[in-house]
Amino acid sequence: MKRLPHLLLPVALGLFATTVPWWLAWLEQDYYLGLATRIVIYALAATSLNLLIGFSGMVGFGHAAFFGGAAYLSAYLTQYGWYSAWVAWPLSLAFTGVLATIIGLFSLRTRGVHFIMITLAFAQMIHYAIVAWPAAGGDDGLPLVQRSSLPPLDLADDRQLYWLALALTGAVLLALSYLARTPLGHAWIGIRENERRMAALGFPVLPMKLACFVVSSLIAGLAGILLVQQTGMASPTHLSWTTSGQLLVMALIGGAQRITGGVKGALILLLAEEWLAHLSAYPHFWIGLLLLALAFRGELARTILGEKGR
Amino acid sequence: MLPLFFEQAANGLQFGLMLFLIAAGLTLVFGIMDTINLAHGSLYMVGAYLGAHAAATTGSFLLGLFTATLGVAAIGALLELFVFRRLYARDHLDQVLVTFGLILIANESVRWLWGDRPLPLDAPSAFAGPVEFHGFSYPAYRLLLIFVGLTLAALLFALLKFTRFGMWVRAGAANRPMTEAMGVAVPRLFFVLFVVGAALSAFAGYLLAPLSAVQPGMGENILILAFVVIVIGGIGSIRGALVASLLVGVVDTLGRALLPELLRTLTNAQLASHLGPTLASMSIYLLMAAVLYFRPQGLLPTRL
Repeated sequence: MKRLPHLLLPVALGLFATTVPWWLAWLEQDYYLGLATRIVIYALAATSLNLLIGFSGMVGFGHAAFFGGAAYLSAYLTQYGWYSAWVAWPLSLAFTGVLATIIGLFSLRTRGVHFIMITLAFAQMIHYAIVAWPAAGGDDGLPLVQRSSLPPLDLADDRQLYWLALALTGAVLLALSYLARTPLGHAWIGIRENERRMAALGFPVLPMKLACFVVSSLIAGLAGILLVQQTGMASPTHLSWTTSGQLLVMALIGGAQRITGGVKGALILLLAEEWLAHLSAYPHFWIGLLLLALAFRGELARTILGEKGR
Repeated sequence: MLPLFFEQAANGLQFGLMLFLIAAGLTLVFGIMDTINLAHGSLYMVGAYLGAHAAATTGSFLLGLFTATLGVAAIGALLELFVFRRLYARDHLDQVLVTFGLILIANESVRWLWGDRPLPLDAPSAFAGPVEFHGFSYPAYRLLLIFVGLTLAALLFALLKFTRFGMWVRAGAANRPMTEAMGVAVPRLFFVLFVVGAALSAFAGYLLAPLSAVQPGMGENILILAFVVIVIGGIGSIRGALVASLLVGVVDTLGRALLPELLRTLTNAQLASHLGPTLASMSIYLLMAAVLYFRPQGLLPTRL
């Protein structure tokens, strides 16, 4: 195995993921294309937390604000006829970025448990603000009038939406694994390991942490925008703290400090959910047991999932 | 306006006291063992379910209260022995993972046993009506909750202030390694604390059930409120939890009731009716963010 180029596995998996729509068509299971798209989108959202936790060691418990916030704004823009993805998506992301900068500037003053709690508080504020906002449809959520137009692609075609989500997720993963080898990536890891020493060495710790927080939020926002395209709806669930928890759990079970952790986590969790929903009327009971088993099988679970100890 | 204000202030006091019962156990667990327990709200929910079920089968409100409290105390003991004991030494990420899993298990279990529809629970008939007092009238059941809440809070403070057990708890919250070095068996102490915390939370869940709905997921909103209380008051601080829960209870209740009225006098009615509830539900989180920003250790921190 050691002699095999380490690119072989990602390339093979990438090829398989790209050909999934054709496999499903061949098996006459086109219904599952929606599930595949959701898995890719949630993988992207969970990856944003792997960036935040894995690189700079910050446990964000409020990513639903960025995920759901961008989802709502992109759905809202279609209500006013802004169908062009070239306009609506960057606008939604810009809004997410501004939001993340403001929240980050406040939250980054705190550490550890307090950081977890303050990001949760901000996410709850965003949740209540959007749900109470009359134009956002309250508890019913906000429907997407039609999928965005993104020439030369045609997103009304489910396959093209899947490929777009896959391409964006792949691009983010590649960018992150490149980033891990840049001076900025090393500096983030240094901050994770010993913030005080990095500050003493003259690194601008706060701006660097803020950059990591904002980039992570933008990735979550992008996933939110894609999800609305798939489900046709921005719903209060996307903003609730359980979504933040779910994304965190995905990032954790795949290995929080690995760039690909979120992908594995989303794959495991969403496939298990789909499979268990066929077997039992109470799938989340078994998901809960699965999470406990994963956490307590400790080293064994880590070996299976490929995380090399901590 | 004045009777409305008094009624809402009393409602806030009543809600705050119940919130204190829920947050008291959680803040000590958090403070002493540095453990995040997202499943604390599930204990609250299971308490309400067990109690409502027992009250429906026996017809006795009081028997429901005993079932809720003792049943959840037993569940808490099992959870501590088999799950939490293995979690204390882990990092926060593992604690989030496991307790998130416990929430899923608890929510699905109550759906499994009792279905999706809310369970009904009526206040005991003796307390069903309002009480008249110098021209004000106030629901008797809420008055009972205020009385019970105050009594329990006083008992809890007496326990922590005047007993040896309480002294150990306070010492553990302030400086755990030092307390262990002085020969206090902190793990055993923590077992008792966890069970008491679980029982108090179930107690509050059952008492609040006639005022709210007993349904799956009911623990999650209250959990977040309990975290707000804990962070505002200072993690591990029982005095802080009392002050913060009264603050949160009153701000939340008064905000919901009075902000729309207040805004109506300042701006036009339509804007006020939209802005009021939004600001009210955001207000406690704003409070929490402000406290974390200016006093990250909370209002009444334990560590000196």
